[in-house]
Amino acid sequence: MAAFLLRRLAGHAVLAVLAASLAYLLAAAALDPRADFEDRAPRPPASAIDAELSRLNLNDRTPVLRRYRTWAGGVARGDFGRTWQGEPVNAEMWRRTWVSLRLLLPGAVLGCVLGVLLGAYAAVRHGRAADRAITFASYLLLAVPVFVLAALLQIAASEVNDLAGVRVFEWVGESSPGAGEGAFGALGGFGDRLRHLLLPTVTVALAQLALYVRYQRGTMLDVLNADFVRTARAKGLRWRSALLRHGLRTAMIPMTTYFAYTSGLLLLGAMFTEKIFGWHGLGEWLIDSITRGDVNVVAAVNCLAAGCVLLAGLVSDVVNGFLDPRVRVGAA
Amino acid sequence: MTTPAAAARTQSQGDASPAPAADGTGRPLSRARAGARRVLASRRAAAGLALLGLLALLAVAGPFVSPWRWDDTDLTAFRAPPSSEHWFGTTQSGRDVFALSVRGLRRSLAIGLCVAVLSTGLAAAVGTVAGFAGGWTGRCLMWGVDVLLVLPSFLVVAVLSPLLGGRWPLLVPLLAAFLWMVTARVVRAMTVSLREREYVLAARFLGVGAPRVIVRHILPHLASLLVVDASLNVSVAIVTESGLSYFGFGVRPPDVSLGTIIADGRGTATTHPWLFGFAAALLVLVVLAVNLLGDGLRDVLDPTSSGPAPRTGGRVRRRARPGNARAHEYGTGPA
Repeated sequence: MAAFLLRRLAGHAVLAVLAASLAYLLAAAALDPRADFEDRAPRPPASAIDAELSRLNLNDRTPVLRRYRTWAGGVARGDFGRTWQGEPVNAEMWRRTWVSLRLLLPGAVLGCVLGVLLGAYAAVRHGRAADRAITFASYLLLAVPVFVLAALLQIAASEVNDLAGVRVFEWVGESSPGAGEGAFGALGGFGDRLRHLLLPTVTVALAQLALYVRYQRGTMLDVLNADFVRTARAKGLRWRSALLRHGLRTAMIPMTTYFAYTSGLLLLGAMFTEKIFGWHGLGEWLIDSITRGDVNVVAAVNCLAAGCVLLAGLVSDVVNGFLDPRVRVGAA
Repeated sequence: MTTPAAAARTQSQGDASPAPAADGTGRPLSRARAGARRVLASRRAAAGLALLGLLALLAVAGPFVSPWRWDDTDLTAFRAPPSSEHWFGTTQSGRDVFALSVRGLRRSLAIGLCVAVLSTGLAAAVGTVAGFAGGWTGRCLMWGVDVLLVLPSFLVVAVLSPLLGGRWPLLVPLLAAFLWMVTARVVRAMTVSLREREYVLAARFLGVGAPRVIVRHILPHLASLLVVDASLNVSVAIVTESGLSYFGFGVRPPDVSLGTIIADGRGTATTHPWLFGFAAALLVLVVLAVNLLGDGLRDVLDPTSSGPAPRTGGRVRRRARPGNARAHEYGTGPA
């Protein structure tokens, strides 16, 4: 198992480098930050723009491969370069990563756990009222794109706020300015942050949940009728433990691949949620940087995303090997 | 060489709910017709199909029914609420929301269907070959999958979208190229496990070639996954396209898609709901219809799940309900 994992890790490292390089080359070739400088008023002289762009390693008149060499040398030392305004990318990236994690982690965990449980439950109650209700709700949720879901939640929240006469829900930004200095002090600040977190977290969780319910119900239905579950029952296991130890465990094997990749891609998937709810996280940064043509930022966020996906792939390998002995024996 | 195939077929039919073996004339039904009959017997699939048909009808016939073209502007009605003249109201610049929405619906349907077929086919081909061949072939294929998977699809599409120049058919292969990888991995994992099954081993030892084993013994077991996946991919493609358009990276003005309409209307959703609501509702309905159809198909096509079954079977199972989970303990319900 250890050798198998080591080999996968090495393969993953090569992939990460490859993907990060491709992303940089693509972004460097296609995006053009020159326009941002030329739009400044008063317009700086062309030679000054060139000098500034070269200083930031953004000059489109330098060959792409030479820019790539400079960038890669920096990344190897742990430096992702500077934004087009000259700020270091690193500091801003870590700050925003933290913002994104605060938003995504609760939502993802909540959606994932609830989704698997509800999906498995629906499969066990196949064809009954509970199954119908869960399935119908997941259909409906799955059919609502994140940007529509967020908008609907905002509309509903504003209705509730109007009805209640106070601002029960908040949906812009991470916190209200000055909330920590109110009558409740730091506790008030914390409560205010929670209120801001509520709607975006629900959005992320609901979007995840629907997907997991659907897949888990499908894989669970596949194993429910399998011979080994019947055998487990025949050898005297109770229905519940036969289901949990033999059914659910087997049904989770195909799910691990999905877990890993959806959680890895979540970071970028948060673009909508962050943009709509005004959180200044990685997803929002990426969108803004693509429109601005800020090559270094786009490349840096992509490096991070690639790292996340690969880490998630490794976790999926471990879990898969843990759940399915055949993979362990066959691949090692 | 026909033996293992026949054996597998008998096995899968033994598990499935009893298919109608003959129609009124006593002639055996063809596989396709039997399948179609069972799909229609599934209430869910039928509902999805009907809804999808209605939406397709709306998409096709809409422009002929509406007095307004999608690029007309009515200079006498800006942000007018729905009326007999403008069924869905008008936008800020006086364009008819009904005509716009129908136009967006056409885009979404066309893009979704093409992308799903392309990406699921690719996933099935690459996944089964990689899983069945194993060794260096499998490893190289999976490296390709992994590279594509870590490549940020959104960035690639966003960066390349200006090059498309508003030609939306070019968006199809671009979207499909980034949709198939996860499924390919799942298909590969399942193929690796199926490869060791007795009937596959039997076929291989009898000298059946790899392509034939994949097509006849492995793909049928993946059919349910692939059908569900294709249906999910239709909706994912539609949602992705509208998401890209929402940010201005997909379908671009002057052309419209449901995503651009929703993006334009979202800011004023509380005060002018028709700018946002109709396009959003159409988007949700399309995705809902496709998903219903896909899941209904799964119930019908998957030999291992207890299918929707002929009507009588359903009644029997419903009567058997007080016996708790008995239906599952003894294989499938309607036997």
